[in-house]
Amino acid sequence: MSIAERVLGQANVGEQIEVVAAHSRDTEVRAYGGEIEAFTSAESTGFGVRVIREQRQGFAYAGTLDTDVIMETLSEARDNATFSTVDEHAGLVEPDGVAQAALTVFDQALAELGPEPKIELALQLERLVSTGDPRIIGVEMAEYADTIETSVIASTAGIRSVGQETGCSLVAYSLAAEGDDVTTGFGFSVGRGLADLDIEEAAAQAVHRAVRMLAARPAPSRRLTAVFDPWVTAQFLSILGESFSGSEVLKGRSFLADRIGERVAPEFVTLVDDPTDARWPSASAVDAEGLATRRNVLVDAGVVSGFVHDGYSARALGAASTGSAVRGGFKSTPGAGTQSVVLSAGTHTPEEILAAVGDGIYIAEVQGLHSGVNPVSGDFSTGIEGMIIRNGELAEPVKEVTIASTLQRMMNDITMVGSDLTAMPLDATGQTLAIGDITLSGS
Amino acid sequence: MIDESVLQRVLTAATQGGAEFAEVFAEDKRSSSAVLDDGKVEELTSGRDRGAGIRVVVGESTGFAHTADLSEASLIATAKIAAAAARGNGAGSRNVALSRATATRPNVIELLPGDVPKARKVELLTRANDVARSQGAAITQVMARYSDSRRRILVANTDGTLGEDDQVKTVFSISCVATGDTGMQTGRESVGHTIGFELFDRVDVEQLARNAADRAITKLAARPAPSGQMTVVIGSGGGGVMFHEACGHGLEADLVAKGASVFADRIGEQVASPLVTLVDDGTMGGEWGCFAIDDEGRPAQRNVLIENGVLVDYMWDGLRARQAGRPSSGNGRRQSYQHLPMVRMTNTYLLDGEGDKDSIIADTDHGVYIAHLGGGQVNTATGDFVFGMTEAYLIENGAITEPLREGNLIGNGPAVLQNIDAVANDFAMGPPGTCGKDGQGVPVGDGVPTLRVHGLTIGGTAA
Repeated sequence: MSIAERVLGQANVGEQIEVVAAHSRDTEVRAYGGEIEAFTSAESTGFGVRVIREQRQGFAYAGTLDTDVIMETLSEARDNATFSTVDEHAGLVEPDGVAQAALTVFDQALAELGPEPKIELALQLERLVSTGDPRIIGVEMAEYADTIETSVIASTAGIRSVGQETGCSLVAYSLAAEGDDVTTGFGFSVGRGLADLDIEEAAAQAVHRAVRMLAARPAPSRRLTAVFDPWVTAQFLSILGESFSGSEVLKGRSFLADRIGERVAPEFVTLVDDPTDARWPSASAVDAEGLATRRNVLVDAGVVSGFVHDGYSARALGAASTGSAVRGGFKSTPGAGTQSVVLSAGTHTPEEILAAVGDGIYIAEVQGLHSGVNPVSGDFSTGIEGMIIRNGELAEPVKEVTIASTLQRMMNDITMVGSDLTAMPLDATGQTLAIGDITLSGS
Repeated sequence: MIDESVLQRVLTAATQGGAEFAEVFAEDKRSSSAVLDDGKVEELTSGRDRGAGIRVVVGESTGFAHTADLSEASLIATAKIAAAAARGNGAGSRNVALSRATATRPNVIELLPGDVPKARKVELLTRANDVARSQGAAITQVMARYSDSRRRILVANTDGTLGEDDQVKTVFSISCVATGDTGMQTGRESVGHTIGFELFDRVDVEQLARNAADRAITKLAARPAPSGQMTVVIGSGGGGVMFHEACGHGLEADLVAKGASVFADRIGEQVASPLVTLVDDGTMGGEWGCFAIDDEGRPAQRNVLIENGVLVDYMWDGLRARQAGRPSSGNGRRQSYQHLPMVRMTNTYLLDGEGDKDSIIADTDHGVYIAHLGGGQVNTATGDFVFGMTEAYLIENGAITEPLREGNLIGNGPAVLQNIDAVANDFAMGPPGTCGKDGQGVPVGDGVPTLRVHGLTIGGTAA
């Protein structure tokens, strides 16, 4: 905070300044062949300065807190501001009185943890995966990672926010083989501290995901019902979230731009962006401009009910910030975005959904989703892996096929929502989801 | 950046645990960018990243630590953390004699972007925006981005290597949204080179703007892409990413060593059609993935990976090369000083064949012509890959006919390599790319002549 105060103290009359600063300590331990392959211990710090003068915005950042660089960065940001287009909506947010949710996102024990338990976790993860099934032939990666981060946001508009959070994860990538056939799988577990991690589950997933794909083949092209694995649902929701961004709506880049109040999904579908729900790894009490985050409803009983805003998109669209400023760390300026998208849980178990669907395809994994979805038009086409659903049960595995539809049609075609909400290392959570009509392209 | 004597003392500290290898990688990077969106120059950004990463190898274990403080005290402390992380239990330390490597710069930078007034950079954006919007009322949104970077690196290691490089990159991109009865479509163009602001003496941003706008407008009338297996002709310069994904990653020695590549144990075998000669070349002057030395201090090399269909060699970084008892191929790269190096591609491309584009298309009864592929990804263990088509057309009766909407393309690397049955003589490099691996992004280039592949699966929406 002292660095932020020093920069803010330099503000001239008529000049708005915002400083974001971050400091993090990260550890990453990778096991391979029963040994530690790599141990990384890192400490990073840096800050970004946003200057608004005469309704023009400029920005600069530095990955260091050296005194000479701090002043150089401020003067660069000021200079950059002189080249921007005058924009009547340019400005910083002011405190809006919304109280921060009381979230527990900092685990003191993790912050004080020495290297030995971390090394043991990485080694144990590799051991569990490699011995999980006789068909597992290798563990491409078994990693424990954690981060302990402090971030500060302060501005001449009165924002003063200090946040501390911890996070840790276990991730494994496995290789399975049978005959000439080789498959891969992954498993993970994420949390705020070691107590949240489920190493057995991470290892079991990595084994299961690889082994179940053995002997996968392309399937014939046709239209059918698809059931998404929670991991796939979460990835789609993360991308769908972009279309609810006030920044994208403002710039005509969202297919939902003119659809407030319109039905886009069945009545049992409610979609929220809720960073105040501490169950999910992307929970945070403060947004990237220092305002309290809040629960924002995006789709209410199938009807588009609102977009998420940062200070700028709110001013430009005549709304109020929804505490939804996001940014890529201290190296960029904020924009409006969803932070923790959740589709309200349904009442069906995954087994009930498969049984109700009867025949279709279970989508376990998507490939190339980010290059395959156009959030502007809503068109998507993505490679998938999964299993045929036959007589309500999972049957033979399928690969080298794609599915295609549009995000609009996909939302409209949701037929069942699972009760199995699952935390993901993403800005969205997921559950099993049935989609009525999808085009499968294969052999 | 750091005195030679300081580097020697840091390496001595790093080898205290009896390390076999230690390395200091220092970096000082300045970057600047400007974005025009929604008709407004939104902001200019300037960035500065400076620091050093220290790597210590003991047996099969690597310890790594980094710091943003380049003072000797901080470097020594970081070296000790890295040595402790590598868990060495040997005794003593080593003194290292450093010898400066001579690596040729792949090209001369004529105009450092840092010396160019910001107003000139902004003017490129406004000019491109005006031209794109004048292409038709259907163009409803335009975003243009300019950015440049200057990355100075220094590498010193216990093999005695001392190398420095000064990498300057300049890139410009524009994307347009067109709106019509069928909804919104997008068109994008980008150009980037490892050169300075002289890029814009060679490249006309107005032409890029026209191309991007036309592409978006064309796609408004596009019909849904077909689905299923078909013959695909990939246009010159537009499809290098397929080789990057379909086989490039599988030829990275770290993945090969872990059994995570379909190309493991296949050196000397016919892995592709005899028409395929694939090269990875870090020396290609001015291209997006070129450099004088890699991020381990090794001079850039031109490496033939597949020659007339036969697998010749993999790509190597220092660690994998040491384990295999052979020299690195100059493919050790990292995103920044905060990352460990690993095996990465540079500029990966397919050499010219003897066919010609027109006769390849005329000779294709029914299929899809892909002028530009988008991003993609591969599962190296199985060879299965996927990527997006950003500009594609139907081929009917030997002629390119209607434009197609976006769709994904999937296939299997080894199968695709065997199924290439025509390669033209019109080689061109494609747009600049960022290759992601294990969470690190590095700049890469790719290129291809026009070529034809049988049996790729297109994931369109047409019934």
